[in-house]
Amino acid sequence: MSTSLASEIPWPPSVDDFFLPPIVEGTNPWFTKVTLLVWIAVAALIIFFLVTYREPKIVPTKRQWIAESIYGFVRNNVAKDLIGHDGIRFAPYLTTLFCFVLLTNLFGIVPGIQMSPNSHIAFPAILAIISWVLFNVVGIRQHGFAKYMKNSLIPPAPWFILPLLIPIEFVSTFVFRPFTLAVRLFANMFAGHMILLVFTLGGFVMLNSNAWLAPVSVVSWLMAIALTFLEAMVIVLQAYVFTVLTASYIQGALAEEH
Amino acid sequence: MLPLAEITGSTAAIGYGLAAIGPGIGVGLIFASYVQATARQPESSRLTQPFVWIGFAVVEALALLGIAFGFIWAG
Repeated sequence: MSTSLASEIPWPPSVDDFFLPPIVEGTNPWFTKVTLLVWIAVAALIIFFLVTYREPKIVPTKRQWIAESIYGFVRNNVAKDLIGHDGIRFAPYLTTLFCFVLLTNLFGIVPGIQMSPNSHIAFPAILAIISWVLFNVVGIRQHGFAKYMKNSLIPPAPWFILPLLIPIEFVSTFVFRPFTLAVRLFANMFAGHMILLVFTLGGFVMLNSNAWLAPVSVVSWLMAIALTFLEAMVIVLQAYVFTVLTASYIQGALAEEH
Repeated sequence: MLPLAEITGSTAAIGYGLAAIGPGIGVGLIFASYVQATARQPESSRLTQPFVWIGFAVVEALALLGIAFGFIWAG
């Protein structure tokens, strides 16, 4: 069964589909849809939290209740449960992190936008670097540089095994943690977008090929819808996991152990 | 000398298929252990649920590294 691919459909989807042209042709190449989406996300979050908390009442209004629920969820279930009572001072940063990652992830499935800034490695990389700097600075401030290094690098093990364990601990704590934070978020958004591209564009390809395949395109589009719901679950989960892991690293840096 | 037999295509695809074995088993283990733990002591389900999601995301990261590196190392 041979298929003739219509030439205007970008098939198969590739990495080049993620490199968007500038919004206004011929101007700065960096002002793409992705840049605009990040600015929109930042503006939306600032405006939302400012407006809903403008005149807080004891009996909350609906908008105030939504904002308080979001902040309360991160403050109680993430900051307090994972870091402990003095983790509450990190709750504003963790809430902002959670909301920003959630919002930029959500742009990947909103119809019309369908591009998440986190599918470009730069944005998760910067967020991971910020979290990395945060947990290291918190640990160094709490314990002092020498003691923090000793706590992080030297696990409780017999002395003869330490030459093997210390490089492993160093790479695991100072290299892998930010790297996997960034790549986990990036790869989830990248792969999710790719899957949706495959099923959506595949439906169009099948529609335009021979008459036997055209009805199968409906199946492809139904799969695309089902995978969009799965992608919604992945979006919330990845925002939650980024925040939880940052909180967990902060807790590890603050811990008085070994 | 002409090749007697050859296979063309992308070894990145084979690589990703092999790379997905480990995380597949890992994710299965995580959820299996959550189900077993809840079956033994249902009151603990609320306590252990955050670890389910954290563990899932950490293991899934390896599978997604497979997808991402598949594109980077392909052809």
